[in-house]
Amino acid sequence: MEMTYLEAIRQGIREEMTRDSGVFLLGEDIGVYGGAFKITSGLLQEFGEKRVIDTPISESAIVGAAIGASLMGLRPVAEMQFADFITCGYDQIVNFAAKCRYRWGAAVPMVIRAPSGGGIHGGPFHSQNPEAWFVHTPGLKVVAPATAPDAKGLIKSAIRDNDPVLFFEHKALYRRIKEDVPDGDFTVPIGKAAVVRQGRDLSIITYGAMVHVARESAETLEKEGISVEIVDLRTLAPLDEDTVLASVRKTSKVLLLHEDVLTGGIGGELAGRIAEKAFHDLDAPIVRVAAPDTPVPYSPPLEEAFLPNAAKVTERARWLARY
Amino acid sequence: MSAPAVLQPETDMHTDRGLALQALRYMATMREVEDRIERKLYRQGKIVGGVYVGRGQEAISVGVGLSATPDDVLCPSHRDLALFLIRGVDPRQIFAQYMGRVGGLTRGKDGNMHMGDISRRIVSIISAMAASVPVAAGAALALKYRGTQNIAYCFFGDGATSRGDWHEGLNFAAVQKLPVVYVCNNNQYAYSTPLTKQMACANVSDRAPGYGIPAEIVDGNDVFAVHRAAQRAAGHARSGAGPYLIECKTFRMTGHSAHDAAEYVPQSLWDEWKEKDPITRLEKKILEKRWAKREEIARLHAGIRQEVDAAIEWAEKSPYPDASELLDGVYERS
Repeated sequence: MEMTYLEAIRQGIREEMTRDSGVFLLGEDIGVYGGAFKITSGLLQEFGEKRVIDTPISESAIVGAAIGASLMGLRPVAEMQFADFITCGYDQIVNFAAKCRYRWGAAVPMVIRAPSGGGIHGGPFHSQNPEAWFVHTPGLKVVAPATAPDAKGLIKSAIRDNDPVLFFEHKALYRRIKEDVPDGDFTVPIGKAAVVRQGRDLSIITYGAMVHVARESAETLEKEGISVEIVDLRTLAPLDEDTVLASVRKTSKVLLLHEDVLTGGIGGELAGRIAEKAFHDLDAPIVRVAAPDTPVPYSPPLEEAFLPNAAKVTERARWLARY
Repeated sequence: MSAPAVLQPETDMHTDRGLALQALRYMATMREVEDRIERKLYRQGKIVGGVYVGRGQEAISVGVGLSATPDDVLCPSHRDLALFLIRGVDPRQIFAQYMGRVGGLTRGKDGNMHMGDISRRIVSIISAMAASVPVAAGAALALKYRGTQNIAYCFFGDGATSRGDWHEGLNFAAVQKLPVVYVCNNNQYAYSTPLTKQMACANVSDRAPGYGIPAEIVDGNDVFAVHRAAQRAAGHARSGAGPYLIECKTFRMTGHSAHDAAEYVPQSLWDEWKEKDPITRLEKKILEKRWAKREEIARLHAGIRQEVDAAIEWAEKSPYPDASELLDGVYERS
């Protein structure tokens, strides 16, 4: 069935709530109002106040309560209204949830949904891509779907997972993409990347909204005779190193692309692993395209300059292809 | 745990005598275990890292712990060792935990009181003060969600009540009318920081009405008073009326941790609170009420010392974790 990225997330949540009575939602404005982005619209009416909980503005309480409930065997799905505000629950996530299994063998089957990313004129407090903070924390799983089917399949897998999962959903994709999504019990495994476009000359490794930027760039480059392979990571932790390295070995040139800022972004980690494990397969230096090391600016010309786009990727990819 | 016959676990906890003898057994065991940890094994270098004990505060975890039912959830602070004993954790496991051995509750992945056991419904201590407060709300939410009559107990010190998590957690639980009993051990110091630098109100309990939560102040060194307050609080929470806060006034009869001589505490406070030692007080009451004889209490202590000796011996024989375990347990399958 064709649906938007947003509808796909909602359908995934709804199916899991139907399937498992232990799945419940908590967050700010998610019930009566249906969520700031309307992801949870209609779920209060369908499942009732017990399972769709409107909370105070208390990110740390939302995350902490989700952890407590998950320790008791429930499967909470907590919503951060914007991924930017996840900082207010950061301690609960990195100091407690992430360490429970390692420290004392306790499972925390919790999902935190975090609407992230720019391109919606949200400015410095409503546009960030904070995924790398959590990729750096052992014990957390971090997923970032790029497509409607992956959004549905990954939210379902995240809810069923017995470890804490951070689900970064890109705000700019919510209503922008509409795709065919399989009906019913369809999941996408956590920890598996996907080669979403086959190519010979270079690989673009990316995730989230940048997958669509990479596709646009690849079409332009194809007309110039440059064949681009695209790997959509889908999960950022644990990283699917095998799929990344296989693509690098195939094309021998790699461009790492993310909307997150350059320094400390996942691109640096990927570059490190590729250099360590596939150095002799490379025919050119590793190229990174990412946002500059600034806050996300508000004014449209500034935001446009900040965000990676197809033109920027194409330019760097041409250089890489010619190398 | 073994103890002389007269002080074996009482089946009838509803009599004052039963409660007193049961409480004494746990309080004295907690004191003995922690004295060995703080004043022996740490100084011998057999325990490395941080050591935080509840010397002088034993009546709180025992008074509350004995009022909880086995399916209630406990979220202890780092000064509530007796909660683990009451839930059946063996002193052997506690010493092994402190010594970083595989026999400890975390198999050496963590140390000291930073342990938990979900099978016993004890949520691990979180080192960031007050972080347990929202977590307890979530545990209570799950108990209510499942339609049980069980409740969650959340323990913290006075210092923890300054953190945002404390306020977020209390507010969330109050709004949701969750069955949580908050137990504050107000021991007057957070590490070296006295209450006057921690808060501008006189009591921690003064903070509760702002969240619509009833609160009471109790003598934290009187195990009977604590137990009665815990029962009132539990009754309130179990009835569906929402959270309840007990502020136990007490004193930390040692430093913040084993390396801290606590010279910042005036001598007059040490002298004043030595007189109020909860174990001495309970023993005095037991003797006055003729619930046990002096020799029986002496035999109890001797039995605990023997048990603790054996527990330490066991823990020292428990192996250290093999370095190959380093990567285990980060994820469900890793």
